[in-house]
Amino acid sequence: MPSLQDMAKKEGAFAGGHRMCAGCPVPILTKMLTRVTDGYEIVAGNATCCLEVASSIFPYSAWKIPWIHTAFENVGASMSGVETMYRALKKRGKITKPYKFIAIGGDGGTYDIGLQSLSGAMERGHDLVYICYDNGAYMNTGVQRSSATPMGASTTTTPTGKQSYGRQGNRKDLSRIMVAHNIGYVAQASIHDPVDLSEKLKKAIELDGPAFINLLSPCIPGWKIASDMAVEVARLGVECKYWPLYEVIDGEYTINYTPKKEVPVSEWMFLQGRFKHLSKPAYSDIIDAIQKEVERNWHWLARQAASNALLSAEVN
Amino acid sequence: MSKIVAITGAGAMSECMRQINPDVVPAFPITPSTQVIEDFSQFVADGKVDTEIITVESEHSAMSACLGAAIAGGRVMTATSSAGMALMWEMLYIAASMRQPIILSLINRALSAPINIHADHSDAMGARDAGWIQLYAENNQEAYDNLIMAPKIAENMDVRLPIMVCMDGFIISHCVQTMQLEDDDKVKEFIGEFESTYPLLDTVHPATWGALDLQNYYIEHKRAQHMAMKNAKKIIQKVSAEFAAFFGRNYDLFESYRLDDAERVIIAINSVCGEIKEVIDDRREAGDKVGLLKIRSFRPFPYDEIAQALEGVKIVTVLDRSESMGAYGPLFVEIRTALFDASKKPMVYNRIFGLGGRELFMSDIHDIFDENKTYLKTGKVEKMFDYLKVRGG
Repeated sequence: MPSLQDMAKKEGAFAGGHRMCAGCPVPILTKMLTRVTDGYEIVAGNATCCLEVASSIFPYSAWKIPWIHTAFENVGASMSGVETMYRALKKRGKITKPYKFIAIGGDGGTYDIGLQSLSGAMERGHDLVYICYDNGAYMNTGVQRSSATPMGASTTTTPTGKQSYGRQGNRKDLSRIMVAHNIGYVAQASIHDPVDLSEKLKKAIELDGPAFINLLSPCIPGWKIASDMAVEVARLGVECKYWPLYEVIDGEYTINYTPKKEVPVSEWMFLQGRFKHLSKPAYSDIIDAIQKEVERNWHWLARQAASNALLSAEVN
Repeated sequence: MSKIVAITGAGAMSECMRQINPDVVPAFPITPSTQVIEDFSQFVADGKVDTEIITVESEHSAMSACLGAAIAGGRVMTATSSAGMALMWEMLYIAASMRQPIILSLINRALSAPINIHADHSDAMGARDAGWIQLYAENNQEAYDNLIMAPKIAENMDVRLPIMVCMDGFIISHCVQTMQLEDDDKVKEFIGEFESTYPLLDTVHPATWGALDLQNYYIEHKRAQHMAMKNAKKIIQKVSAEFAAFFGRNYDLFESYRLDDAERVIIAINSVCGEIKEVIDDRREAGDKVGLLKIRSFRPFPYDEIAQALEGVKIVTVLDRSESMGAYGPLFVEIRTALFDASKKPMVYNRIFGLGGRELFMSDIHDIFDENKTYLKTGKVEKMFDYLKVRGG
């Protein structure tokens, strides 16, 4: 694996001058797309999302690699088409170089409206890496709740009020849904850890077949945090176990990072304006419920990782 | 070698797809278009083509994958019907606006609800403003010929628009008719190699496809699309002339059947035209001056040419096999627009028929000609708009 210094010397996929919000961490990902592997032509596709609108306002484009966007709910399908055409032309001898394909969507375009086309693309086995940058709401349209929105978050469609503490119920666990597709590689990563992310991206790209990476990516206006806080808030999201870093290779779970000390989820939450209302004592039961859910998920994950470790020990 | 075969309409489409041997075919099953893709899948399985099929999980994804594959840089075909086309609706517009010459066999079927699997044109007419070229066919031969011409029309550099080749569900798609199946090599020679424009897979010249296009540019891009559709009219005629020279069958933007001295004319689309011709032949033998104008190209719509073809006609009955609730039928609206500037306007009125596959028999067509005879005699159109063969009213 090249060092971050070496990677930084390589040609990036994404130019400066784009119109992402100040402090948005998504360009950490996009700049990395061409830097983690050698020897492949990289082609990217985007679902409609913040990244798409802020990187391609005609007649300008921040993309230095071939890039396609057609609609909100279909990047899995449109990139299936691109990847299949590559195979068709390769078979007919019209293309010789090796290519790799990357689809990028937000959580709205991936967990919700794009879930079907993502599922189809993964199930059919296209050689495609799908990266969801999960900021926990429809941020591009102005912070509406998605199925990735965490419990208690205030969004414009789950606002707080006399009868509401924000988003009710628990978020969907998309990474596990992707594992259920029996694909070769599924991982959760966080935008604050470029070493971990770049290693995962490299594994996903080099795999021959579909791969999925779910990437925690704080949103400055949506999470109501200062523009220099995205990386720190993402880091704390991992430290409090809200967003475990793990990978699933051929169905086997490995936790990539175990926090050294216990950080209550409330510490992470109260850095963010979207949870501020929950700091009132009246909501302590909601905070407890969120903490419980975080622990339940972590234990579930730890059990998977432990049983995998046990199994491989028995096999060996 | 060219040969006469007995084949269903759907079978003719898959044979044509085999001859074209497209690079990629994304497809999803829906009655009655399914056989097109089933037969073609067998051709793939048997190694008769080297196309890559994508068995997508919905029609929305089918058209999305068509678009991705086309922009990547190759020839792309698919087939659908009814609700399948309705689910593609968003992507139909995007495919046309991104100027991709995707080729679609549309086996016309009624839209739900009530759910119904039989022929009418509500699927195609619902997509008439999507920016696709629409060609229609009376029978298997015409549908097959239209599909042979489709790549040359859609891929023409003055056009670069997607094209749908339409035929009536079941009536044509599932009925065996005899037709001339052309020689494989001759079809390939006629169509030629696909030429891509700014292909996504060109990493030496990386292109951004599908940018956000705001107030400063959007309307210019839409106008460019409109001009391409206008260009399509002469390209359809040019390709039809080339087709006639190659294969010996003549086509134009529409067909004029015994129209030269006709006083009373029916204008219609697709399979019903076969029966109308039979009735016209019968009545002509008795000296009745009746004729048919059969639409082939609905988009682009040949307004001036139709107005010219109807010169001297005294009354026109426009048959629509789809509804525009609260308005006249979509074909009628176009025909009346075409006739508005005519120096001697014929009387013109609208009848809706055949929704959900309801048959129109030859006796019913005689009734139409009897009715417009009365209208002409009295000088008055009694009912501008009505349903044919419907209970309760």
